[in-house]
Amino acid sequence: MVPAPWILTCVKTMPKKNLVTALNEGLRSELAENPDVVVLGEDVGRVGGVFRVTAGLQEEFGSDRVIDTPLAEGGIIGAAIGMAMYGLRPIAEIQFSDFIFPAFDQIVSEAAKYRYRSGGEFPIPMVIRAPVGGGIRGGHYHSQSPEALFIHTPGLKVVCPSNPYDAKGLLKSAVKDNDTVMFFEPKRVYRAVKMEVPDGPYEIPLSQAKVVRPGEDVTVIAWGAMLFEALAAAESAQQQGVSTEVLDLRTLWPVDVESIMQSVRKTGRVVVVHEAPKTCGFGAELLTLVSEHAFLHLQAPPKRVTGWDTPFPYRLEQEYLPLQHRILPALLETAAY
Amino acid sequence: MRRPSIFLREGIPTAIRPDGTLDRTHAPDISTERKRELYVAMLRTRVIDGRLERLQRQGRIGFHIGSLGEEASILGSAMAMGAQDWIFPCYREFGALLSRGFPLQSYVDNMFANANDIVKGRQMPDHYTSRAHRFGSVSSPIGTQISQAVGFAWAAKLKRDPITVAVYFGDGATSSHDFHTGLNFAGVYGAPVLFLCRNNQWAISLPSNEQTASQNFAEKASSYGVAAKRCDGNDVLATYHTITEALGYIQREKKPMMIEMLTYRMGGHSTSDDPRAYRVDDEVDRWAKTDPLVRMRRHLEHLGGWNETDESEAKQAVEQELSQCIERAEAAPPPELDTMFDDVYQTRPPHLQQQASQLIHGPRAVDPHLR
Ligand SMILES: Cc1ncc(C[n+]2csc(CCOP(=O)(O)OP(=O)(O)O)c2C)c(N)n1
Ligand SMILES: [Mg+2]
Repeated sequence: MVPAPWILTCVKTMPKKNLVTALNEGLRSELAENPDVVVLGEDVGRVGGVFRVTAGLQEEFGSDRVIDTPLAEGGIIGAAIGMAMYGLRPIAEIQFSDFIFPAFDQIVSEAAKYRYRSGGEFPIPMVIRAPVGGGIRGGHYHSQSPEALFIHTPGLKVVCPSNPYDAKGLLKSAVKDNDTVMFFEPKRVYRAVKMEVPDGPYEIPLSQAKVVRPGEDVTVIAWGAMLFEALAAAESAQQQGVSTEVLDLRTLWPVDVESIMQSVRKTGRVVVVHEAPKTCGFGAELLTLVSEHAFLHLQAPPKRVTGWDTPFPYRLEQEYLPLQHRILPALLETAAY
Repeated sequence: MRRPSIFLREGIPTAIRPDGTLDRTHAPDISTERKRELYVAMLRTRVIDGRLERLQRQGRIGFHIGSLGEEASILGSAMAMGAQDWIFPCYREFGALLSRGFPLQSYVDNMFANANDIVKGRQMPDHYTSRAHRFGSVSSPIGTQISQAVGFAWAAKLKRDPITVAVYFGDGATSSHDFHTGLNFAGVYGAPVLFLCRNNQWAISLPSNEQTASQNFAEKASSYGVAAKRCDGNDVLATYHTITEALGYIQREKKPMMIEMLTYRMGGHSTSDDPRAYRVDDEVDRWAKTDPLVRMRRHLEHLGGWNETDESEAKQAVEQELSQCIERAEAAPPPELDTMFDDVYQTRPPHLQQQASQLIHGPRAVDPHLR
């Protein structure tokens, strides 16, 4: 993975950490600061999570606060909702976002609607963490990116950091938030990127996108692991004389409309990249927003570079993913239109 | 912390005694030749497991989920079934599939996800299927096959086909909603299902006694009106016997039944897991003493039906066959790009025709090494 240029803007003296370590520190500080925070999920305690994001937390905070649950996602989320109603701050882990569907009912029918349906009596402040995305040879069920399903559900906030620094700061905001926050972690990035991350706690507000590479000719919107592909494509485009502005959404919903429109009004051209299938993916919503807010600024048809409309394949995953070799032509075509 | 009753074999009948003699009340009445077949099937499974694990370590395949220590529960059950019966697998039952005559080459092709793979390289390794062998489709999401097997069996019952559908799942899967709805539906409709719980005592890092507060997994079935029994899943003859009786009960009574096969996962959860992070070696050592292969071999030796030469010849035969299969599978090309768009629907709708064309004429089709 290419090093992102904004990494260099971090303070020099800080230790470099990967996404797993940054999230682990973030969880540890939430557990330490607030006795109401509990972490629950499959294999999160004794073994510290299958990706080791919760490593050492059960040892430090005990099995009442870092809880290994039976194998039932509906149970994990249903119980987390009940805990949140009582006054705890649950941080539930779903081992892979592909296994979130047994909990879909609890998330979509219950958590997302509780505040509304109870006339505001029962907010459900909790965080649901889940690894997303492909590129780790995971096939259908260890690779998907289901963000659009949750964005489509009123009442849920959806976050997807691309890097260790943002992840730690966004996690803090997500735990503090009084709504249910889906916190999707790009598993391909877990150990692939290291950057400077402060040891202490800090916040990155939700719903603020970030320009990670300024440019003039075309805007590319990405998040999660695909941000690095977009950056690499932007670098290649630069060599061909096309200046690309790269926007990392960081929070997918509610999305930072203003930052998107600022960039699109400047460049007049926009490409959205996501791993999820194209049809009804979040790209569709983003480009509709662009047409609604910046139609007269557009100088080229907006483009999507996405996963294909098939289940996520195993052997051909590198052909499925919208990697830089597919993003670059989209940038060049859009810029040349 | 560990409630022992859920782990111990006490009270569970055993067929093969430590000295290799047989307790006939719990053993099937089968020929020595059939016993040799059972043993060879287990041995074959173990040899394949070892080899695949090494291939994964060498980076030649992406993943393997094995059955080390669980061979008797898998083969003792699968080989007791009739040719007309169906199997809905979990993901550790490649031995069951091979015992039905599925070609080893096809299995190895699945491990390499190549162009000859029966599932066209679309799923992770060990996610095989074969309609011809009356064997369902492996899926990663835990438990989903359980209620499907019930529907399949129920349909057979409605069509008056005298078959039984066996469905494998782990101890962890008993917490899934499909386990509960599956048992409930089967009970209500009298579906001819054999629920096969492979209690290998671990669900990745969670031990069985933290999975449930029940005394064992079999007792869960009774609350759904489904008969259940526990058997020694490390004793291939006791397992075979229990399954034979269960199949008889299911067809005679037109009712489902559940068997909890008590066994032990000797290896990691899969090649992605290192069990040293969460379990102690002396537990593993204790269970190694009940190794299903050692026990069955002792019985065969007692019968005079097996010796050292048989053992090394049988192993060598598998190794040799395996080497040839691996060589061919490794040399086979990946699936064609275009195949990614097949089987999403029966016929390819226009949007997928368009996407396939974009991929096939895309930059990587010309230069596959392009990043
Ligand atoms: C719905 C779902 N949740 C989580 C997982 C991740 N996972 C894969 S296997 C497994 C443990 C299964 O344990 P068990 O049912 O006992 O089967 P075993 O692996 O021991 O044979 C888990 C949690 C999954 N595959 N599906
Ligand atoms: Mg198990």
